[in-house]
Amino acid sequence: MTNQGAGDAFVLFERVQKSYDGETLVVKDLNLSIGKGEFLTMLGPSGSGKTTCLMMLAGFETATHGEIKLAGRPINNIPPHKRGIGMVFQNYALFPHMTIAENLAFPLEVRNMGKSEREEKVKRALDMVQMGTFGGRRPAQLSGGQQQRVALARALVFEPELVLMDEPLGALDKQLREHMQFEIKRIADGLGITVVYVTHDQTEALTMSDRVAVFNDGKIQQLAPPDVLYEEPENSFVAQFIGENNTLEGVVKEINNGVALVELDDGELIDCKPVNVSKPGERTRVSIRPERVEMNKARLQPGAHTLKAEVLEFIYMGDIFRTRLRVAGNEEFVVKTRNAPDQRRMQPGEQIEIGWLPTDCRALDA
Amino acid sequence: MSETTHSGPMLAADGMPLKRSLARALRRQKLRALALVAPLLIFVLLTFVTPIVSMLWRSVENQIVPETLPNTIVALQNWDPTAGELPGEDVYAAFATDLVAAVDAKIHTKLGTRLNYEMPGISSLFRSTGRDVKKWNLETDGPFKEKFIESDKDWGDIDVWKTFKRYSGNYTSGYFLNAVDMENTATGVQLRPEDQRIYATLFIRTMWMSLLITGSCLLLGYPVAWILANLRASTANVLMILVLLPFWTSLLVRTSAWKVLLQQQGVINDLLVWVGLVDDGNRLVMINNQFGTIIAMTHILLPFMILPLYSVMKTVPPSYLRAAKSLGATNWTAFWRVYFPQSVPGIGAGSILVFILAIGYYITPELVGGTQGVFISNRIAFHISTSLNWGLAAALGTILLAAVLLLYYVYDKIVGIDNVKLG
Ligand SMILES: Nc1ncnc2c1ncn2[C@@H]1O[C@H](COP(=O)(O)OP(=O)(O)OP(=O)(O)O)[C@@H](O)[C@H]1O
Ligand SMILES: [Mg+2]
Repeated sequence: MTNQGAGDAFVLFERVQKSYDGETLVVKDLNLSIGKGEFLTMLGPSGSGKTTCLMMLAGFETATHGEIKLAGRPINNIPPHKRGIGMVFQNYALFPHMTIAENLAFPLEVRNMGKSEREEKVKRALDMVQMGTFGGRRPAQLSGGQQQRVALARALVFEPELVLMDEPLGALDKQLREHMQFEIKRIADGLGITVVYVTHDQTEALTMSDRVAVFNDGKIQQLAPPDVLYEEPENSFVAQFIGENNTLEGVVKEINNGVALVELDDGELIDCKPVNVSKPGERTRVSIRPERVEMNKARLQPGAHTLKAEVLEFIYMGDIFRTRLRVAGNEEFVVKTRNAPDQRRMQPGEQIEIGWLPTDCRALDA
Repeated sequence: MSETTHSGPMLAADGMPLKRSLARALRRQKLRALALVAPLLIFVLLTFVTPIVSMLWRSVENQIVPETLPNTIVALQNWDPTAGELPGEDVYAAFATDLVAAVDAKIHTKLGTRLNYEMPGISSLFRSTGRDVKKWNLETDGPFKEKFIESDKDWGDIDVWKTFKRYSGNYTSGYFLNAVDMENTATGVQLRPEDQRIYATLFIRTMWMSLLITGSCLLLGYPVAWILANLRASTANVLMILVLLPFWTSLLVRTSAWKVLLQQQGVINDLLVWVGLVDDGNRLVMINNQFGTIIAMTHILLPFMILPLYSVMKTVPPSYLRAAKSLGATNWTAFWRVYFPQSVPGIGAGSILVFILAIGYYITPELVGGTQGVFISNRIAFHISTSLNWGLAAALGTILLAAVLLLYYVYDKIVGIDNVKLG
C-alpha cells in the first residue's frame, strides 16, 4: 500500500503552494500522492497547514500555485459540491435543525435519490455506526461520541471514494477516542475507501494509518508508514515530534562505512548511524529512543556502546519505570524500562552505566 | 424508597417540616434579592406600568358627567327618551342646580368639551348658557325649562338630553366605539356616517405599511448582516460602525435629509431630470405620501433588523455551509436548506422589533407622510396635544397595544417565541 508512483495515485498534490495574505506561504511546495484505499494521516503541530491542505482538497480553499488531481483529473476548477468527497468536520457540523435521519438523507436528497432508496441507505449507514435507533433525534440530543458517529455515517452515506476527516476525535475523552479510532479504522477498511485524516495526536496517527505525513512549517517533513516513522526518523523535528526522544548534541568527527563517529559536547566519543549528516565537522543531534537504552549491564547486546550516567529521578508508572538521568551534560535524558522481575529500581544519586546499539542511535541535523 | 414507608412530611434535624425550614432559609435570600432589584422595580412601575394602567383607565372613564351633574342624572332616570318628548321641569330644575354649582367651580366648560365628543355643538351650548346662569336665582327664577330654551333654543333639542342620559354612567364605551368608527346613537350602536370614518383606515394603513417597512428592512438587512457576519473581524467592525452611524445622528436630521433628497426640487429628482429619465415638467412625487414614509422609516429602522440578524448569524459556524457543500449541495441549496433555517430566530427577532417600533412611529410619518402617509400614532398625538380628547387617544392607544399583543401571540403560535434570538 505504500509509496505509489505518481501514475496510479488516487489523490495527487503537485507542487502546491498556498498563501492567505500574499505575504507568507502557509503551504510550501507540497508534493503528495495518496493511493486508492489508503489511510493517510496528516500529523503536525498547530498551524502547520494541515487543515489548509484538507480544505484545498475539499475545494473550500484554492491553491495559490500548483495542481491537485483526483483520480487523474485536475480538480482546481471543480466546485466543492461536485467533487464527491465526504468530509467529517472537527465540530461534526451536524445540521441542528434536522433530525439525524434528515441529516443523513440530505446528501442523498440533493442527488435526487428516490425516497425508498434514500431510507434504505440511511438505515444501512446508521446501522453501520450502531446508531440505528437514533434516527428521529436531533443532534443536540446526542452525546459527543454519538454525534461523531453520525457525522461519520453522513460523510459515508453517499458512498464517496475519498473521505476527509479533520481532527474528528478532538472533542472526545481518551477512552471514547480510542474506541472511535478503532471503529473508524474498521469501517474504512471494510468499505475500502481512501481516507485523509488530520490529527495532532501522534498515537492516533501511529495506530490508524497506513502512512503518516508529518507536517511542519508548511512542509512535509517525512512521509512513511508508522513503524518507519518511529524507528527511522529522517530529521530531528520528526524524531522530537513522534514519540519520546533523547537528544545529545555534538560534532561529527568522521564518517566511515555507514558509521559516524560523534564527539559529544562533553568530549565523549560515540558511534552513530548517520542519517542526515554528510561530512566531518558538522554539528549534529544524536537521537536515541528511551526504550532502546539499557541500564542493566547483564542485558547489554554485544557491540553496544556504554556511557556513564547519574540517576536524577525515578518514576514508577505501573507497567514501566521511567528514569531520568544526566548523560553527557543533558539532564533530560529519559530511560524507559519494562517492569520485569529482574529490573532494579534506581535511587536518585546513583552512578550507573548505560548502553545502546550504535544502530539505534541516529545522527540527525542540528 | 423511604417516602413510601414514611407517612407525613419529611422532617429536618430539629423536627420542623423540611419544607418550612427550607422556605425560612430561602426567605432571607429572597428579601435580599428583592432589595437589590427594588430601585429598578420602582422605576419600571412608575414609568411603564403606571402610564399603561392610566391609559387603560382613561379610555373608559366617564366620571366627569355623574360628578358634575349628580342631580340631573337622578332626575333623568325617570325620563323615557324613546317617548319622543322633552324631559319635564324637574329635570331642568335639577340641571339648573348642577349647572350653577359647576359654573361656580368653573368646570362647566370641561363637561361641555367632554360631551362635545359625543355630540358636536354641546360645548358652545354650555359656554353660552354658562354666562347666563350666573344671573339666575335658583329659588325664585323658575320654571327653568323655559329659561333654558330662552337662553339657547338647543336646550329644547331632545338629542341633547338623550346624550346626557346615555353618558350618565361612571364608565363609557364611547371612546372605544369612536376609535373603531362607530357611535352609540339613539337607535343603538352603529357605524358612523361614511365621511366620518377615519380610524379603521388609519389602523389598517399603519399595519400594512409597518409590514411593508418590516419586509423591506428584512430584504435590505439580510444580505448586509450576512456579509458582516462572514467578514474578518477587523473589517466587520468598521462596517458595523456604518450600520450604527444612524444611531448617532438625530432622528430629525435624518428625516429632514430624506426631505432634501426626495422632494420635487430635491437631489434625486434633479439627478433623474439631468440624466433624462424624468421630464422636468413631471418630477416624481416621492415625499409627503406613503412612499416617503416607507423609504424614510426603512432607513431609520434598518439597524434594528441588522443587529439581531447579525448576532444570530455570527453564531452559525461557517462549517455548516461547508458541510452542506461537501455533501453535494449547490450554493443555493446549502444556503436555503442549511443556513437560512438557522437564521430564522434572527429574522423573527428583527421583524418583531422593527414591526413593533414601526407601528408606533410618530415623528417620521408626521414629517414626511403628508396626509396619505400618516400613522395612527399621529392621530393619537393630535388628540393628546391638539383636540385634547385624551379618552379617545387612550382608546386608540389601547387598541394599538392589543393589536401588538395579538400579533405577538399569533407569532408565538406559528413560529414559537423560543425561536427568537437576539444573539
Ligand atoms: N482563513 C485564513 N486566513 C488567513 N490565515 C489562515 C486562515 N486559515 C489558516 N490560516 C493560517 O494558516 C496557517 C495554517 O493553518 P491551518 O489551519 O492549516 O493549520 P493546522 O495545521 O490545521 O493547525 P491546527 O492543528 O491548529 O488545526 C496558520 O498560521 C493560520 O494562521
Ligand atoms: Mg486544523
